[in-house]
Amino acid sequence: MRPFDYQRADSRDHAGQLTAGEHAQAIAGGTNLLDLMKLQVETPQTLVDINRLGHREIEDRDDGGMWIGALATNTETAVHPRVRSDYPVLARAILAGATQQLRNRATTGGNLCQRTRCYYFTNIDQPCNKREPGSGCGAIEGIAKLHAVLGASSQCIATYPGDMAVAMSALDAQVEIAGADGGTRTVPVRDFHRLPGDTPWKDNVLEPGDLITGVTLPPPVKGRQLYRKVRERSSYAFALCSVAAIVAMDGDTIARADLAFGGLAHKPWHDPEVGQVLIGQKPGADLFNRAADVLLRDARGYGENDFKIPLARRTLAAVLAEATGVEL
Amino acid sequence: MSSENRVTINGEAHPLPDDPRVSLLDMLRHNLGLTGTKKGCDHGQCGACTVMVNGVRINSCLTLAVMHDGDEVTTIEGLGTAEEPSALQQAFVDHDAYQCGYCTPGQICSATAMLEEIANGWPSDASENLDGTMKPSAEEIRERMSGNICRCGAYANILAAITEVASGEPA
Repeated sequence: MRPFDYQRADSRDHAGQLTAGEHAQAIAGGTNLLDLMKLQVETPQTLVDINRLGHREIEDRDDGGMWIGALATNTETAVHPRVRSDYPVLARAILAGATQQLRNRATTGGNLCQRTRCYYFTNIDQPCNKREPGSGCGAIEGIAKLHAVLGASSQCIATYPGDMAVAMSALDAQVEIAGADGGTRTVPVRDFHRLPGDTPWKDNVLEPGDLITGVTLPPPVKGRQLYRKVRERSSYAFALCSVAAIVAMDGDTIARADLAFGGLAHKPWHDPEVGQVLIGQKPGADLFNRAADVLLRDARGYGENDFKIPLARRTLAAVLAEATGVEL
Repeated sequence: MSSENRVTINGEAHPLPDDPRVSLLDMLRHNLGLTGTKKGCDHGQCGACTVMVNGVRINSCLTLAVMHDGDEVTTIEGLGTAEEPSALQQAFVDHDAYQCGYCTPGQICSATAMLEEIANGWPSDASENLDGTMKPSAEEIRERMSGNICRCGAYANILAAITEVASGEPA
């Protein structure tokens, strides 16, 4: 690990000042950042410990929604009684990720900001436009099993690795961000992460000095909430494909279908047109296939990850079948 | 770094290291000679470094010692001794729940915290329901212990040892 200056922030403004510097980074749980610092993928000159800022609360909101503080651990969120009862897709998504030891340290804000597990990104001897702009992308013609089939660019085909944010995307949660200028702004989780485009080094919309203070969950809605994660072993592995779903029926037709997908793109993938195919229709294999056609209309594989396209189709169908009570 | 900064390890207060790069794991092993906690991968993948901080299990390799001002850390040395082993330590011996033994301290620290999590009703990815009483079934224990790798493959005996303590009956 490269030497760095360790600073403990004692207020939000203090943290904003400290992290606004060019080579400064905030540390909360540190489970991803310290891993990357050991690999010298991340080489901050100043590490700003934000663990004493509060922002750990998980609370009810007046409108019936919930507030999840940025420093609440993944465990605290997943085991919270109201998260379990009203937002089970979120509890399930968190429990499907990492290990208990990691979830006990990982935080809401850090989890949103976790970086890709692309093998070229984490190996400083390999080209990677995300880590070293202009050095090329090793994955496009290389080892690409974990990589994106939706929304990738000629610069980067990395995936966002998390589960929690996929559920938050399906729930249409909102990220609250405190800026270095003292103001706050709210960004939907669906717009928080970016597609790589020509600037793959920017994972999300945060600017220097920005700090996530928490995430707001909207009031709970009626319907089945499911999180299905497909991976290479049954525990402690990243998603090849995951689906977060909130699906409600009205009689024998689908009334609501809020869907988000993990493991397919540089961000949790939410495409409102997929839900529109389903709403007002009777569930069944043909309908689920039409929804998958829309989801995957621009999908492109890179050899090793070609399997993700049919896998996403089947995972979507399986989740919709379970949510609507249809036998496939 | 102020000399006021202290971390309590197995009931004893220690000053935090001067170099902020020192992980909690390296502080335990190199600075304090508490070598029961093991360094396997040093990247949070194997669980050999598992300790409890304020009663919660974490990977000590993925946290900086300087971040633990005021925290209470329990390592394998704090759970029992050769003369008075904890129930899990004794069960691991009785069930031969290791071969080389390198992952064992992490397995036992992890399992100690895991039994508390089950008692607290925390669900896991293997739980059918998110609410209600959590049962220490084989499926649950396997899922909840997935952060602790045993490269000798002593999993069957590890499961038997934990099951015996969890159920209170010989497995």
